[in-house]
Amino acid sequence: MSPGAPGAESAPLLELDGVTKSFGAVAALRGVHLALHPGEAHALVGENGAGKSTLVKTLAGAHAPDSGRMTLDGRPLQLRGPADARAAGIAVIYQEPTLFPDLTVAENIFMGRQPLRGLRRIDTRAMNRDAERLFERLGVRIDPARPARGLSIADQQLVEIAKALSFDARVLIMDEPTAALSGVEVERLFAVARSLCERGAAVLFISHRFDEVFDLCQRITVLRDGAWVSSDRTADLTVDEVVRRMVGREVSSLYPKQDAPLRDTLLEVRGLSRAGVFSDVSFSVRGGEIVALAGLVGAGRSEVARAVFGVDRYDTGEVRVAGRVLPPGNPGKAIAAGMALVPEDRRQQGLVMELSVERNATLARRRALSRLGLLLGGAERAEARRWTRRLQVKTARLAAPVATLSGGNQQKVVLAKWLATEPRILIIDEPTRGIDVGTKAEVHRLLSELAGEGLAILMISSELPEVLGMADRVLVMHEGRVVRELPRGEADETSVMYAATGQGATA
Amino acid sequence: MSLTDTGASVQAADNPPPGPGRARRGLTERLLAVRELSLLIALAALILVTTLRNDRFLSGQSIKDLLLGCAILVILAVGQTLVIVTRNVDLSVGSILGLVAFATGELFLAAPGTPWPLALLLGVALGAVCGVVNGGLIAVAKVPALVITLGTLYAFRGVDYYWAAGRQINAADMPRSFLRLGNQTVLGVPVLFLVALIVVAAVGFYLRSYRSGRELYAIGSEPAAARLSGIPVGRRVFAVFVANGALAGLAGVLYAARFGTLDAAAGTGLELQVVAAAVVGGVAIFGGSGSAYGAALGAVLLTTIGSSLAVLRIDPFWQQAVVGALILAAIGLDRLLALRMAARLRGRSAHGA
Amino acid sequence: MAHDSLYAAPPSLADTEPEAGRLAGLRGALGSWDAAIVAALVVAVLLAGLSVPNFATGRNAQFLLLDLVPLALLALPMTLIVITGEIDLSVASMVGLCSTLMGQLWLSSGLSLELICVLVVLLGAALGAVNGLFVTGFGLPSLAVTIGTLALYRGLSFVVLGDQAVADFPASWTAAAVQTLPGTSIPAAVVPVLLLAVVFGIVLHATPVGRALYAMGNNDEAATFAGVSVPRTKFWLFVVSGAVCGLVGVFWTLRYASARGDNATGLELTVVTAVLLGGVSIFGGRGGLLGVVAGVLLLGVLRNALQLADVDANALTIVTGTLLIVSVVLPNAVADVRARLHRRRQRARLTAS
Repeated sequence: MSPGAPGAESAPLLELDGVTKSFGAVAALRGVHLALHPGEAHALVGENGAGKSTLVKTLAGAHAPDSGRMTLDGRPLQLRGPADARAAGIAVIYQEPTLFPDLTVAENIFMGRQPLRGLRRIDTRAMNRDAERLFERLGVRIDPARPARGLSIADQQLVEIAKALSFDARVLIMDEPTAALSGVEVERLFAVARSLCERGAAVLFISHRFDEVFDLCQRITVLRDGAWVSSDRTADLTVDEVVRRMVGREVSSLYPKQDAPLRDTLLEVRGLSRAGVFSDVSFSVRGGEIVALAGLVGAGRSEVARAVFGVDRYDTGEVRVAGRVLPPGNPGKAIAAGMALVPEDRRQQGLVMELSVERNATLARRRALSRLGLLLGGAERAEARRWTRRLQVKTARLAAPVATLSGGNQQKVVLAKWLATEPRILIIDEPTRGIDVGTKAEVHRLLSELAGEGLAILMISSELPEVLGMADRVLVMHEGRVVRELPRGEADETSVMYAATGQGATA
Repeated sequence: MSLTDTGASVQAADNPPPGPGRARRGLTERLLAVRELSLLIALAALILVTTLRNDRFLSGQSIKDLLLGCAILVILAVGQTLVIVTRNVDLSVGSILGLVAFATGELFLAAPGTPWPLALLLGVALGAVCGVVNGGLIAVAKVPALVITLGTLYAFRGVDYYWAAGRQINAADMPRSFLRLGNQTVLGVPVLFLVALIVVAAVGFYLRSYRSGRELYAIGSEPAAARLSGIPVGRRVFAVFVANGALAGLAGVLYAARFGTLDAAAGTGLELQVVAAAVVGGVAIFGGSGSAYGAALGAVLLTTIGSSLAVLRIDPFWQQAVVGALILAAIGLDRLLALRMAARLRGRSAHGA
Repeated sequence: MAHDSLYAAPPSLADTEPEAGRLAGLRGALGSWDAAIVAALVVAVLLAGLSVPNFATGRNAQFLLLDLVPLALLALPMTLIVITGEIDLSVASMVGLCSTLMGQLWLSSGLSLELICVLVVLLGAALGAVNGLFVTGFGLPSLAVTIGTLALYRGLSFVVLGDQAVADFPASWTAAAVQTLPGTSIPAAVVPVLLLAVVFGIVLHATPVGRALYAMGNNDEAATFAGVSVPRTKFWLFVVSGAVCGLVGVFWTLRYASARGDNATGLELTVVTAVLLGGVSIFGGRGGLLGVVAGVLLLGVLRNALQLADVDANALTIVTGTLLIVSVVLPNAVADVRARLHRRRQRARLTAS
């Protein structure tokens, strides 16, 4: 515990009171209270669409609140833009990295604050040196002089963290920074956050991973539907209690995969290889079965999924759907054969943010819905209504751009889009990443039910409880290869992690 | 203002940073150097081939003509680089040049005694005003530059025609001192080219070594991230258009000094050559990378091609076709280099955790 | 397949407000910009008819519409291309090259004119395919590629005919190009233009291909994941654009009874202006064909009326430019004011409650 956390109630460093913000008709924040104390890590939890990201952007100066007060050190704080927030000592690590791909890593870290030498010129050497020191502190090795383009997601996240560190911020806000990080990297990040706290900074930590929240934070604030629910000391809370407050109801069994009769093999992958990415990947999925593809981030799981679906090409091997060879590199053909891929990155790959909910939900079905090549009448609307209703998408109207929806509802639109194609094979990449507990259970129940109807499901997941709870079989990937195949009975945390970390890979 | 992270420096005291990465130049920088080097090689090869066919190509007079010929294009290309780097484009430069050139002529008609430095300043100021119109419309109304400057390309040219009303201004109407500016040489180098060199050096140095210069690259590389990291995007883009307008104004005055004979059509269609010079010079059309030096080299190369075609006795009708083919070759080459770099970076991406 | 048993779905907003949703959908399809541009067109025609002598005559209508045929034709594929987020700046050069090739073939090949026309359209498609290949095959930005081919094709059209012109086309053909529909002063050439406009409109607004165009204009990666073959679709759009340019090349040559290297020079900017004036977003993903047709007509009517009112043809570019700027600035400004009003109302409501 950091000094001053228990007992003595220090004055808050940064305080929000009655902050309100709406976008059009949607109220994202409704009278939110938040008090960050110096030397404390404070968790902000809530379901998707609860308003966490909006709150972060408000604190970062990217959104101006409609009403409410912000104070820093007891003095009123007015942020007219991100530059003001920086000047006030507020550093933010966003959920999605915000790097400049053409600039070097060091420039990304020090943009606008580069060390200078004579004539106010940038001192590139000093800048690279400083960046290298930051990385040392994080215990990672990234060349500061390389361009940010081509960095893996995890590395990009580390650069973001280094950037926030370089401020020596008084308030550090981390919006789900751990989503793409490995266990070791998360540990380092937490060590850094703790050392910042010890120096009197306040940390705001947003995450869906309760173990991390309880590990790091001294206080937890819960948001629900844009409104403040509670702020309590972590010591006075349990995970169940927090979950109950987030969803506003009791959550029953999280991972309800029901046994379903196994049918014929629907998806068969043989010897799939792509140089430098994955090699000799073979597996099959039968109707009614959920097969999980487990492994560490960067093991090549998403890449295999993309290649199977035809978004990427592969060098050798073949993919068969119900016994027939699927031509490579053609997602259209894959869809026609009854395959659906719910991608990992819904903003980039899953949705066309500016198009309406309706157009998004029916995009993959546009050919099937047309008559004589024409899309007339209300076929698309009827289809979209059917699926958004089924998945309980919260939207003002179907013609609203999907960008106006919250993250969880966007994920539901992606699911609706692919379920509308009535697939035989569903590949789903991180089905519950960044999704709140309530929706998580809904998604899991849906997957189970789909398997019961005879779908073959290939699920990629980095969350072990999800893998163990949902999968009939677990395939573990390590460095581009499938190293273990574990039936449900044999899969447990130890055996999966053992294989995923490459130990006993030769066995 | 060389603030650095205090925490990091404390750490560094007992843990010095590893050697590599300090003296080594960045990969991007090296790549840029490759790009500029390949331009130089192409230029050298072109001059060599042309000279082998006709040794008068390297004579003093011919070199002087070449330098004179490329100076204006170089200035415009450098200005355009500032704009393109921020993921914008200014198509109105040809019209600004035409307008300023004609205005300069009008100035001397109305006040024959005007000293040329004043005319120069007024021309630059008029160009800057045009830039303010461009930048203001873009920054305030948040409209893409391509569209706005396409509009002002027409509008400025229309103003020019309206003003000129079919008249022509001749060299006789302008003071000798001003016209000398266009043809005089210092140690055999045309003054015009020296002006262009100064512009190249100043802009190139600014883009590489100043915070606000680097911010221009950041804006072009990822505008949303630039906003989130507190860069005043609107203000910077506005400033860039004003600067480019001022440089186009400068080019306009120099145009008047060099050619003497002016009508409202001066500089028509020049914007394409300018964009071509920048693109051939390795300035990525979608922002974020490229240098003023590259753009200047691109402009020199385009001009040299024009004159060597004449020397090589190739039908001058081929010139435009060659320029087009060169643009395609240049962006194709950039793409190839980028792909190879991406492949190399993928290999390096794995970091020791 | 039914998962209706899953949960008892609580009524979501989507269900409670179907009427509002449908109305909004209708507004989305017709678009307030489309309505505004049609209204502006009507006002412009009425004003010109009342105040400009000779505007409301059959003869003027004939020339007005004839002048608009190339612009209208070129705007059709350009609309689709801009909606996918690309641009084709080489259209006018393709028209020029097709025109000179038609002249050269007529001059020297001895083929029948019918066959030549077909060949020219195919050739246009081939030129478009080159654009498409560079953009989709090599993954290069279309802005840069088509600036390159703009120069390349124009250069080649000068290579084909030099500064000569071919003018000895059969009188029956050149007369046919300007012929009017019997009993009216409407040129017959308008009929195929309208037919093509209807075809393009249906493709864009009521087919799976149209949906895919909007999707890839907004986010090509998501479109790829949804099974859209983005490169192939874009490639064919460029081919279609080229073929239409071939058509326009034939029409232009016959209409002016002259095949020259500089035919249609600079027309690409007018085409882009018309498309953007018609409400298509330069960023891609937004716009409709009705607006574009209205934009083409508005542009033509204004220019024609001002010309009749004795405004210098060159100064008319002020009008083109200003229209373009207004068309992109205005909707943004209106949206801005609306958002500000909305916020103020909301604040008032909050304080009231």
